[in-house]
Amino acid sequence: MKQFFSFIQKEFYHIFRDPRSLLLLLLMPVALMVIFGFAVTNEIKNNKLAIMDLSRDEASRKLINRFSASPYFDLSVLVPESASLETIFHKNKAAMVMVIPAHFNEDLMASHATTLQLLADGSDPNTANSLINYASAIIGDYQQEEFPETASAFQIVPITRMLYNPELKSAFFFVPGVMGLILMLISAMMTSVSIVREKELGTMEVLLVSPLKPFMIVLAKAVPYLLIALVNVLTIIALSVWVLGLPIRGNFALLLGESTLFILSCLSLGLLISTAAQSQQIAMLISLLGLMLPTMMLSGFIFPIENMPMPLQVISNIVPAKWYIRTIKAIMLKGLGLGAVWKENAILLGMTLFFLAVSIKRFKIRLQ
Amino acid sequence: MNNKVIQTENLTKTFGDFTAVNTISFDVYEGEIFGFLGANGAGKTTAMRMLSGLSTPSSGKASVAGFDVYRQTESIKKNIGYMSQKFSLYEDLTIRENIELFGGIYGLRGRLLQEKKMALLKNLELEDDQMKLVSSIPLGWKQKLAFSIAILHEPRVVFLDEPTGGVDPITRRKFWDLIYAAAAKGITVFVTTHYMDEAEYCNRVSIMVDGKIEALDSPDRLKITHAAGSMDEVFQQLARRAVRKAD
Repeated sequence: MKQFFSFIQKEFYHIFRDPRSLLLLLLMPVALMVIFGFAVTNEIKNNKLAIMDLSRDEASRKLINRFSASPYFDLSVLVPESASLETIFHKNKAAMVMVIPAHFNEDLMASHATTLQLLADGSDPNTANSLINYASAIIGDYQQEEFPETASAFQIVPITRMLYNPELKSAFFFVPGVMGLILMLISAMMTSVSIVREKELGTMEVLLVSPLKPFMIVLAKAVPYLLIALVNVLTIIALSVWVLGLPIRGNFALLLGESTLFILSCLSLGLLISTAAQSQQIAMLISLLGLMLPTMMLSGFIFPIENMPMPLQVISNIVPAKWYIRTIKAIMLKGLGLGAVWKENAILLGMTLFFLAVSIKRFKIRLQ
Repeated sequence: MNNKVIQTENLTKTFGDFTAVNTISFDVYEGEIFGFLGANGAGKTTAMRMLSGLSTPSSGKASVAGFDVYRQTESIKKNIGYMSQKFSLYEDLTIRENIELFGGIYGLRGRLLQEKKMALLKNLELEDDQMKLVSSIPLGWKQKLAFSIAILHEPRVVFLDEPTGGVDPITRRKFWDLIYAAAAKGITVFVTTHYMDEAEYCNRVSIMVDGKIEALDSPDRLKITHAAGSMDEVFQQLARRAVRKAD
């Protein structure tokens, strides 16, 4: 045991002797949380709106007032009749243009029907879609309130409630993803790099000739990163609770336990990478391309898995982060217990054992 | 000098249909400085890996410090020291931390470790520099430190894989003073080298060509049997027969 602790102590020396990397490891989660928490948001507010009002009557003015009152739109330009709509988009003066036709009020009163044109910049389809939806909703409200008599006698009014996230905060969505990403990055990449570094420097030979068992060497390498990753979990949880106002509805200890399980599976992945990579650069490249990208793209962190084509949905099953993110959402946001996530746990545990078994086998082959 | 510490008999290692080490047989005696020479690719490293328990032989017999290389690798590892051709200390640890780390790995602890550490530092005159990072000291010092650490736990045998690469003959000579001191204490030294001045310092030398041991004797006798003026000439004569390409 003394041998083992001497070795762990050495691993900590390595980490502390490189304060820049340590700082990076500890601050990265904070940076990601700030970026996702404040900079990247799915809600699009204060969009520049240009309006070409060809009617200039009472009805059109009321409609325009509604738009200027909305937080989603900033009424930036009132476009004269003669203006070219294309130039507005070319010069980036507006994200959406609304054209109110002549005789707007008259048509409404006379024939109870009129048209409106909404133009959005389709080169950014997601934003364009959201803007059209916001605008349609505003127009719909306007119509209902100004002309209640036009409403049909029979109405189905859906009453909606967003469970677990009533305010539709995007933090609910990304915090589990950020946790998965950070833990994957730190555990898998740092472990693989630190093992491969010993190979590169030649110190691995010296360790393998020593009475230390290969298993102990690898275990001792993983311990410091397990601790750092746990510190990261606590940082992320603290930030999301106290800064972003996220609740922890489930059991806190269970949350930590699940995170530890996920960290272990990432550590074993890192170990697997280290048996394949011959240099630190390659280890880093494999970690980034082979782990980071799938974790970002296929774990359900950014893109919903349900909308993916079938082959990608199948592939997403082998991304450990997918199962972790599902677990975290269930515990943190829905307040569920171990009984609800046993399947995810079993999959993660299975993956961990598989990665470990393969790496130990490969490690031994290398020794021949 | 007749206590055999390393014994090999027809030791062979094959990788697929390539025979890296081909039926080598030799004995090394206690306290001896045994030079293990050969061109790159001759099979030195493979042979040394088998003797140090890193690799299992394909056939033949071998024992190190009385332990069998097939079944008792754990016991072998406890009784040998090893210093590799790539530099084997941690550059981002201090001199003192390196000593404590490797001492700890070999099971030294408490007062014994402290005493050995102080003796080592005193012997190398590094007492005032013990808090320095290894990366900041000259290569010659590093090599002496690495050797002293490799024999800190007083192994029966120490394996040195091209220990003095990249330093000048004077620094090499100083390094060899440490080797003589260790041998005088009864530690058997098994050393591979490319430098023929070092080969002259050994008690006995074996020369490997294409996986086989082509010559094995004291440097003086080798020079006589090969009618050569120096070990360099002996080596050239034998190595020229090699068919295998150096990698």
